[in-house]
Amino acid sequence: MAKLKLKINGKEISKEIADNILLSDFLRDTLLLTGTHVGCDTSQCGACVVHLNGNSVKSCTTLVADCNGAEITTIEGLSNNGSMHVMQESFKKHHGLQCGFCTPGMVMSAVDLLQKNKNPNEKEIRDWLEGNICRCTGYQNIVAAVKDAASKM
Amino acid sequence: MASLIGSKIERKEDKKFLTGKGRYTADINLVNQTYAYFVRSPHARAKINSVDISKASKSPGVVKIFTGDDIAKEKIGGLIAGWKIVSQDGKDMKVPNHPPLAKDSVNYVGDHVAVVIAETLEQAKNAAELVDVSYKILKAVVNTGDAMKSESIYEDIEQNLCFDFILGDKGKTEDSFSSADKIIKLDLRNNRLIPNAMEPRACIGDYNPSSDELTLYTTSQNPHLSRLVLSAFGGIHPEHKFRVVAPDVGGGFGSKIYAYAEDAVTAWASKKIERPIKWVAERSESFLSDCHGRDHITHVELAIKNDGKITGLKVDTIANIGAYASLFATVTPTYLYAPLILGLYDIPTAFINVKGVFTNTAPVDAYRGAGRPEATYLIERIVHKAANEIGMDQAEFRRKNFVDKFPHQQCLVHNIDSGDYKAHLDKALEISDYKNFKNRKSESARKGKLRGIGFSTYIEACGIAPSAVVMSIGCGVGLWESAEVRFNATGNVSVFSGAHSHGQGHDTTFAQIVGDKLGVSMENIDIVHGDTDKGPFGMGTYGSRSLAVGGSAIAKACDKIIEKGKKVAAHMLEGKPEDIDFIDGDFVLKNSNKKKTIGEVAFACYLPGQYGEIKSPLPPGVEPGLNETSFYDPINFSFPAGTHICEVEVDQNTGETKVVKYTAVDDFGTIINPMIVEGQVHGGIVQGIGQALYENSYYDESGQLITASYMDYTMPRADNFPQIKIDYTTTPATSNPLGSKGCGEAGAIASPPAVMNAVIDAIGTDISMPATAEKVWKVIKKNGYKKAAA
Repeated sequence: MAKLKLKINGKEISKEIADNILLSDFLRDTLLLTGTHVGCDTSQCGACVVHLNGNSVKSCTTLVADCNGAEITTIEGLSNNGSMHVMQESFKKHHGLQCGFCTPGMVMSAVDLLQKNKNPNEKEIRDWLEGNICRCTGYQNIVAAVKDAASKM
Repeated sequence: MASLIGSKIERKEDKKFLTGKGRYTADINLVNQTYAYFVRSPHARAKINSVDISKASKSPGVVKIFTGDDIAKEKIGGLIAGWKIVSQDGKDMKVPNHPPLAKDSVNYVGDHVAVVIAETLEQAKNAAELVDVSYKILKAVVNTGDAMKSESIYEDIEQNLCFDFILGDKGKTEDSFSSADKIIKLDLRNNRLIPNAMEPRACIGDYNPSSDELTLYTTSQNPHLSRLVLSAFGGIHPEHKFRVVAPDVGGGFGSKIYAYAEDAVTAWASKKIERPIKWVAERSESFLSDCHGRDHITHVELAIKNDGKITGLKVDTIANIGAYASLFATVTPTYLYAPLILGLYDIPTAFINVKGVFTNTAPVDAYRGAGRPEATYLIERIVHKAANEIGMDQAEFRRKNFVDKFPHQQCLVHNIDSGDYKAHLDKALEISDYKNFKNRKSESARKGKLRGIGFSTYIEACGIAPSAVVMSIGCGVGLWESAEVRFNATGNVSVFSGAHSHGQGHDTTFAQIVGDKLGVSMENIDIVHGDTDKGPFGMGTYGSRSLAVGGSAIAKACDKIIEKGKKVAAHMLEGKPEDIDFIDGDFVLKNSNKKKTIGEVAFACYLPGQYGEIKSPLPPGVEPGLNETSFYDPINFSFPAGTHICEVEVDQNTGETKVVKYTAVDDFGTIINPMIVEGQVHGGIVQGIGQALYENSYYDESGQLITASYMDYTMPRADNFPQIKIDYTTTPATSNPLGSKGCGEAGAIASPPAVMNAVIDAIGTDISMPATAEKVWKVIKKNGYKKAAA
């Protein structure tokens, strides 16, 4: 148990947190930020991806205890005053989601790609998203959404 | 007014999902909630000697532990098979009891033995480790092909045989083989798959002791059906006091049709402890205990003439049912499979025998396509082989055998109302640039790659299903669908559908139908589903039925709204109902400039009298309100069809197969939202390519599931695929008012044989699914590395 300071979606949080608490569980169960989903138990599916100090991480295999002083952005923190992020708009426009379960992780992962590579080609997009499983879309419209978002960001 | 039907309209439901506001079962937390963890069998087959919960009960935080004995004492019924199959000897199928918690024996790894309910999940898990179960381990029956020769799992089920089903004319089919010029034979395995919806199953049982109402929140594709099963057969709670809510559901693909043991147990146990109980599957539990899909061993023979005309078809299949017969487990490899083996070919006679066998594996049930992918796989694989053996072009062999007159009564069951098979074949040949395939093959060869092309011209039966037909062949329910259209006094519309959206986009597609029908804008239409307390009883979403059946129910209910509106408008406009036209949301009196908007008519229906200056009396005999319900039962199945052409490149050094070109031309009848349909097709194709190249569920000989995580079960990922090209041809369905045929499963039905025919074309040898790099490499090694032609 340790007292940790975190900034989550721009809000300072100071809390006593047990050493074995996963970031995904902390976000979902303590902060009720249920947009971050848990789809597997082997860090394979990517539904839980959030940004930790600006980089995408799988929150299901990140201990909150390791995040002291960190800035975390979840899917809830991506939209600004009710208006969606360019990537979110692009997913909507290109039908890059169906059931919506993998979507938060997929979007967070895609946003990080464009932070690191402003104009990725199709192969680079597909390679980057390899860590996010979607069972519904067949990925084609997700790729289209990311390409289109890149042209607008 | 522009037509909404046929327009690409962005989805109404997307914003909540994109901003993290979706509300899935696992996102729901109730006051005073407890947590459930299931003790599962580590053995594939064992007798339970005893279950000792004394230590576990004293573990911190434990509220209660229930075992199979507790369930049995309360006379809670088992989970049922909903479709009775009659064997060829005239006897009913045999199914074992499937108690939600095992009492005397466990029959697959993951079978439910006890449930631990505690204040926290961690406490429940810790206590579960202290539940001491003594097992007498028995030899497991695992292999589909050996099941009938193995020891009986259940005393009263000889040869582990659930049913021995036949369809077709055996004598006539034998004659066709006697007079055939050539007989083509093939042995096939349809690999076992795990559906893997991205949202793991979850449920919360919540009993209210004050009102005696029981609520079950669950990841279901069909909440009403689950309530019926749990109430009528489980005896969990009376239907009128039982509410089942399926909120946002993260994909289903068939695996969330069934009421599972966890649903029954959490619902029942919440009555016992009078507190809410939440259970969320870990992915490894999903692998172990979600219903799996496919798992057939098939021998198929095709009789043909020298000119390529097919004259007969014979099929023998052993279908693995798993340890228990799940809800649709018996219909999937029989009536959803056997009638479809003819494909879209005019085959004069056929005979099929399907033996459903029990094994000590997870129950096998409907998975995207359910029976139709298995049928399509066998007919398209053998057609590919037949064309090769007589040296005919793949496209021409198919064209020669296509059904080309409609309606067409097939020799087995179905009467196909509409289609134009040559149209989608021709379009696919053109889009895929078939005529230049040889150049592409040479190009690949220069890079040391083997290139192959594969066809799949498929048909499926969906829009499931006409109740009279399905009930006459053993279905325990009618497969109609309901809709209630509630035109509110303030001019907006609430639509209650019995179908359930778990990715299909009903909020949008259904609103497009209502918007066009009633002339109301999309933002003023709300589609409500997934709660048995809200709309009328509905059958849910599976078998590509939502639009053809559920959408038709909505259209019919809208027709009733218009019909009543005409009576009211006629009274308001001082005309006769038969003189009122309904045009783009206005009731117009013929040969006049007099009209009332549907909003004005709705207002009058709710305020039938003098209100200030507004006078709106209803005509005599017309009840107030503008609220109509339709229970729509289709007159026939619908029959989507299409042509898919796949090209693969095989790396001879690694055996890796890559799909490099994929073309799909489908006929889904009337399309409401082409964007949503395209998404369904992409997803289905990729799932089918997953079956063909990557996915396989494997049990070792002791019945341990080896592929029980994403580390071991290969899911298709973004970097596995090229751009898929999609187009359509259209012949409207004649069996429903929308003319729609259904599109949800087509991709998964069509693509496996297209991919496998391409792989076989590339390497020149038959190979089974999945065509993994290892398997393909072994074939190449045996056949010898092929150098590019100079």
